[in-house]
Amino acid sequence: MSVLNQHLLSVLIFLPVVGAVAIALSRRESETLQKILGLVFSTAGFALSLLLVRGFQDVAGMQFVERGRWIPAWGISYAVGVDGLSLWLVILTTFLTPLALLGSWSSIDRRVKEFVVFMLLLEAGMIGVFVALDLFLFYVFWEAMLIPMYFLIGIWGHERRIYAAVKFFLFTFAGSVLMLVAFLVLYRTAGVGSFDLAVLVAAPVDPALQVWLFLACALAFAIKVPMFPFHTWLPDAHVEAPTAGSVILAGVLLKMGGYGFLRIAIPLFPEAAVRFAPLIGVLAVIGIIYGALVALVQPDLKKLVAYSSVAHLGFVMLGIAAFTTTGLVGSVYQMLNHGISTGALFFLVGMLYDRRHTRLISEFGGLKAIIPWYTAVFLMISLSSIAMPGFNGFVGEFLILVGSWPFSPTLVVLASLGVILAAGYILWMVKRVFYGEPTNPKNEKLPDLSLREAAVLVPLVALAFFMGVASPLFTKRIEPAADALVVQVQERTRPIAAASLGPVAPPRASRADPAEAQR
Amino acid sequence: MLDDPLLKILPFAILLLPLGGFVVLALFGDWIKRDKEETGAAWLACATVIISFGLAAWTTVRLYGLVAGEGGLRFFQPYLGYEWMEAGGFSVPYSLLVDPLSCVMMLVVTGVGSLIHVYSVGYMAHDEDRVPYFSYLNLFTFFMLLLVLGGNLPLMFVGWEGVGLCSYLLIGFWYRKDSAAAAGLKAFIVNRIGDAGLILGMIFVFHAFGSLDLVDIADNAGSLAPEGLWEFGPATIAALLLFVGATGKSAQIPLHVWLPDAMEGPTPVSALIHAATMVTAGVYMVARLGPLYHVSETAMMTVAVVGAVTALMAATIALVQTDIKRVLAYSTVSQLGYMFLACGVGAFGVGIFHLYTHAFFKALLFLGSGSVIHAMSGEQDMQRMGGLRKRIPWTFWTFLAGTLAIAGIPFFAGFFSKDEILAAALGHPVLLGIGLFTALLTAFYMARLLFLTFFGDFRGGEEAEHHLHESPWVMLVPLILLAIGSAAGGFVKIPEIVQPVFRLGHGHIPHVAWLPVAATLSAIAGILGAYYLYLAMPELRAGLASTFRPALRVFAAKYYWDDVYNGFVRRVVVRGSDLVLWQGVDNRVVDGAVNRTATITGALAEMLRPLQTGFVRQYALLILAGAVALLGYLLWP
Repeated sequence: MSVLNQHLLSVLIFLPVVGAVAIALSRRESETLQKILGLVFSTAGFALSLLLVRGFQDVAGMQFVERGRWIPAWGISYAVGVDGLSLWLVILTTFLTPLALLGSWSSIDRRVKEFVVFMLLLEAGMIGVFVALDLFLFYVFWEAMLIPMYFLIGIWGHERRIYAAVKFFLFTFAGSVLMLVAFLVLYRTAGVGSFDLAVLVAAPVDPALQVWLFLACALAFAIKVPMFPFHTWLPDAHVEAPTAGSVILAGVLLKMGGYGFLRIAIPLFPEAAVRFAPLIGVLAVIGIIYGALVALVQPDLKKLVAYSSVAHLGFVMLGIAAFTTTGLVGSVYQMLNHGISTGALFFLVGMLYDRRHTRLISEFGGLKAIIPWYTAVFLMISLSSIAMPGFNGFVGEFLILVGSWPFSPTLVVLASLGVILAAGYILWMVKRVFYGEPTNPKNEKLPDLSLREAAVLVPLVALAFFMGVASPLFTKRIEPAADALVVQVQERTRPIAAASLGPVAPPRASRADPAEAQR
Repeated sequence: MLDDPLLKILPFAILLLPLGGFVVLALFGDWIKRDKEETGAAWLACATVIISFGLAAWTTVRLYGLVAGEGGLRFFQPYLGYEWMEAGGFSVPYSLLVDPLSCVMMLVVTGVGSLIHVYSVGYMAHDEDRVPYFSYLNLFTFFMLLLVLGGNLPLMFVGWEGVGLCSYLLIGFWYRKDSAAAAGLKAFIVNRIGDAGLILGMIFVFHAFGSLDLVDIADNAGSLAPEGLWEFGPATIAALLLFVGATGKSAQIPLHVWLPDAMEGPTPVSALIHAATMVTAGVYMVARLGPLYHVSETAMMTVAVVGAVTALMAATIALVQTDIKRVLAYSTVSQLGYMFLACGVGAFGVGIFHLYTHAFFKALLFLGSGSVIHAMSGEQDMQRMGGLRKRIPWTFWTFLAGTLAIAGIPFFAGFFSKDEILAAALGHPVLLGIGLFTALLTAFYMARLLFLTFFGDFRGGEEAEHHLHESPWVMLVPLILLAIGSAAGGFVKIPEIVQPVFRLGHGHIPHVAWLPVAATLSAIAGILGAYYLYLAMPELRAGLASTFRPALRVFAAKYYWDDVYNGFVRRVVVRGSDLVLWQGVDNRVVDGAVNRTATITGALAEMLRPLQTGFVRQYALLILAGAVALLGYLLWP
């Protein structure tokens, strides 16, 4: 058991690769076997990832760390580990992958083998990004993950899949090339001869250079989030991607943007991060309102959900920009919530698409009378998405707003408009799709949820509810790491601010959130 | 404070019973309703609420067994031992607050709630979706109880949002009707505007005062410096932000527009949610935070003025409605305005008093109108009614009790609470005047409703007359019990009971002898006016209508609120988002730039393409030329 624990993260990364190889070697015709193998490997990965939760200590600092030599000449090593910021994102990845495979059981009917292989490789890449502690390793996983996603959209997508796949690839690639340049410049200037994240964090860079390096990294991450105005690849990618692609894209891939800020951009370039925090906060709030307003007028269900992601992740970025412990915990929590609720919404839209081969809202109406269970699940996930208390979304948004108030009351007030608009775009869509008389004869004989579909959705609904009422079980694991990050950045930036470097934002009370709890 | 182990458990049991009812009905409802009459599910839902009522009464008794603290206040805070959220010094425990105010609210919610559950057994007997109906009703009761029992603002907010959700589900209960679906959506979104204010209010309270616990807020408010008119200190900002939430939930100007449309829901829902309980949540919150509001003169004045203006405006709209439920809906908006008026002039206990009497008579009036609608086979237009007094006598007599109570006829419940409100407003002549005039209007529109419905000749068709029938006992018993409450409920001294909660001393309101007389006279004047215009001399109506045509047109148009809001949402929000943001910014500007970059890159590549001819000899020639040029450059002196 202890051997397993020592290499748990590597096992989690490479188990899907082993699965992918095994499936790649199987005969093309045995599609069912490939699906089952994919499900078995990804489910085993999920089960193993729960060992992470069991063995995790609620303290700051990396755990389950593994270090190996890789390219010692350049100071590149294979170093992985998890802390409170990445723990749940790893679990989210291992949780959503088997569900995504199960959810596309019957909707993927060609090139099944390649599909399963790409899904598993994607999972490996995503876990790798979340646990990498070496910049070079991080970059390798970051790019490696792009390739399977590119093919998932480009091969199994819908009508305009090629345009969407290329757009997705170019947007992300443009950002990540700049990020690579930043990493290389940092490697040269830091002069520690290592790509190890912890080593680099301890070797401060000149604040003037930091600005450029931070901007390069921030652009890569902002595209991934996506933050306004770098978001236009997202609606196209989502609409054209197959359901599993959309689920993984929204559920996990977008989180890498926020995670990149927390793990890379802010710790490495704290002075620059503090300086640009107001800009990030403003763009985040623009994203909240803009994403919601554009979501309101989408005629296509999937595009609506895609734009809602822009709004939701605006909240995440607001919490990160605010940089208080409460706000950061809220942001990390909201990333999980978004993965669950938006992942589930994409599953639901995909199930509707499987039945009717359309996603246009105007094609539906009155579905409540025809498919009541589907409607009930859709409504519950909608409530999670619009942050109804009792579901997970509220906890995340509320912590973010509470934590962001000391940063900027104005931005919090503007962000609260997003709370209103979210109810508008989601429930207006619910009204048009589910309420009223079933007018379109094509919808009359739609079947309700199948057992397989229920098996995909029930865990998501249950988790959305559980995370809404028992959030400390999750957040207490996030908090020490978030708190340590806040302290670390404050210690680095305080003398700078004291020396009054022009428009550097003042250090903000973060741990000094007023008063202790009520109890 | 003495420790009472039972009090630690009882409030949770009160909450969990209706929640359990909901869970059982939602998951196993189809299985339970297998008996012939299919009322098993309905009675299960009733049982949970009735038992909850019993436990609430028991809790109240136990609470009074505690030793009173400062100012005669007895309270108890049961704590589950878990937190709801916790991060970076901010935490929300699962804790409740039991004090006289929450006991009154609990008893109203479960008491009136039980009666309405029972009434629904008859009213919804023929609806095929009655199992979901009762499950929603149970869920509503749970959230409403959480709202009044929650020990801190965020937990109260869970109830607050939860009742809003149930309201949404029940307004849109007949989901095939487009109007019902639209009304549900409107209710939710208008309420969300208020909720955003409430969320900001909570955040502000936390950062300004350091705690969201209701007892802490009330205790801390005592040490705050008073903030005068137009002085925007922390208490004022907090109170005003929170009041935005109250205007949403309690349908006050400018967020009142959702409540009349909410009448699309089944009538017992209108009685329970949109009259007796949920819509009073805003009043409860303001009263609960009374000590905080009291610090700020600006906030108090805002509450009082919004309440008074809403009371008057809604009463005038009620004058011209012809749908029986719409009259009652605007009446509810108006009466809620009275409650805020009371709170705004500092008489929080009186506001709760009116909330309590209103719960009886307005639930009674709604259920009575439901009985009328039931008798009329679904007809709601009063112009097709008339003379029903002899056909449905039980409904009539109970309805009469409700009418007299709301009109403020002496010794009926409404008389006492309204009189106290007016007495509390004595120091503010304008508010008092509005209050008295609205009392007259109230008596008028209620008498008009009564005369149009129950007196005169029947104006519906023969077919409808043939179907007229009194409601079954299961519906009449709740009516009778509520009529008793409406008649005698005013003798319970609610203001004295809840006063210690506000930490504002004894709160004794000086009375003057002429006020009850004036109030009674204005009520009688209203009733007499309606009598002459609708029974004795209906021919006068045409002349009056032409005299007051401009005013009546404004009343009938509901002061154009809906038109302005609809115009804004359709023309500005939806069209602006579509044309400017999506098609403009997203498609033209951002994607335009992206695609242009791609095109330019492509074009550049196209320009370089002729170089790649594929002719080896040409490449060799170029290499040679390059080598010569390089050599020349290097060898140049």
